[in-house]
Amino acid sequence: MKHFSNRYIFIFSTVMVVIVATLLSLAATLLQPAQARNLEIEKKKSMLESIGIQADRENSVELYAKHITESFVINSGGQNIEGVDAFSVVLKNEQRKPAEEQYLPVFRAVSQSGEQVIILPVEGKGLWGPIFGYVSIKSDMNTIYGVTFDHKGETPGLGAEINTSWFEEMFIGKKLFDNDSFTSVIVHKGGADEGDIHGVDAISGGTITSKGLENMLYDCIIKYSDYLLKNRI
Amino acid sequence: MNNITKEPLFSAKNLKLFTDQLDKNNPITVQVLGICSALAVTVKLKPALVMALSVVIVIAVSNVVISAIRNFIPDRIRIIVQLVVIATLVILVDQVLKAYAFDVSKQLSVFVGLIITNCIIMGRLEAFAMANKPWPSFIDGLGNGAGYGLILIIVAFFRELLGSGTLMGYPVMEKIGAYSIGYENNGMMILPPMALIVVGLIIWVQRSRNKSLIEK
Repeated sequence: MKHFSNRYIFIFSTVMVVIVATLLSLAATLLQPAQARNLEIEKKKSMLESIGIQADRENSVELYAKHITESFVINSGGQNIEGVDAFSVVLKNEQRKPAEEQYLPVFRAVSQSGEQVIILPVEGKGLWGPIFGYVSIKSDMNTIYGVTFDHKGETPGLGAEINTSWFEEMFIGKKLFDNDSFTSVIVHKGGADEGDIHGVDAISGGTITSKGLENMLYDCIIKYSDYLLKNRI
Repeated sequence: MNNITKEPLFSAKNLKLFTDQLDKNNPITVQVLGICSALAVTVKLKPALVMALSVVIVIAVSNVVISAIRNFIPDRIRIIVQLVVIATLVILVDQVLKAYAFDVSKQLSVFVGLIITNCIIMGRLEAFAMANKPWPSFIDGLGNGAGYGLILIIVAFFRELLGSGTLMGYPVMEKIGAYSIGYENNGMMILPPMALIVVGLIIWVQRSRNKSLIEK
């Protein structure tokens, strides 16, 4: 085995690190626009999905412009906040702020059948990482029109099932309020009773993700409860 | 140097580097490496396919890179150098997937990053690329990646078919009418232990066909 001096080892490592750093930052910079665009498309796509419109990568931007009519940001008291772009609000950052300072985005949309709905973003914790999604609510501000969920790293086949249609479809028509008190939607292990207006089935083998999803819905939507109660029909 | 006849690129010896890894020297079933990711990404076929492809790319390219600079790598920091090369490639693969294959990268999520810790790759760099020329190293990388991928795909095929009743998301069991005659998906197949058992079954089949693999 050839012997290398310490000097050589230092120079070798320095050169290696510089090359690798250049390569990676170059790749990150070059690929950044494509990645950002993917995220934007993804966001628009899932918002459309929550009102029952299946968009693909090509038409999601166009469909978004057609169906999402208005977007604005409110605070937990339900007042409008001017000058903030609802689409670019990052929910994760907002959740770190104190409750009364958080920006809460609201999107008004028109569904395929012409029904007026609002879309609220939600984000919470699953088993392995963040879970997130959109909940669309009918104009009575109580009945769920549709939902879409997604996750970063839940177990495929178990927790990851939250983004499948059989799970998401169970939320349609569920009620958020019991008279005037906010109840959210509860995930029942072993299955919700038939006709339970607040309950859906949990995913077998995905209990922690299901519970995380339940907490996410509760924690995120309760912040809107003033706004939802005020705008009831 | 000149009096050595140049070995043809696809000589029998080089081809053997590839084919051995698929069966006789398979990284998963014979060397029993890389089991952890075999459990994690084999619930569905599609992530398994992309994972297999990503591993093939990372292992082949890192083998070539390490083999090309093998005479310049100081022995004392060789493991660090190998790790840096692997990590760089994995991050590149991850970034490219995020930019051009967004849906797939979403499905694979953390597992792409975890290729870094796949012991097959490090093992091949240390055992083969450090001592061989770039071309054989490339073939060796391809072979090991393919051998790993092959097992991944076989396991994922059975787990998705029996566990979810689908293949690549296509509802096979529903289409052939299995549910109407009382067939039910086996939820056990989705759980990680069943991946181990499927790998075990593959090892069993392989060793009963090839007695020389049985350990004394």
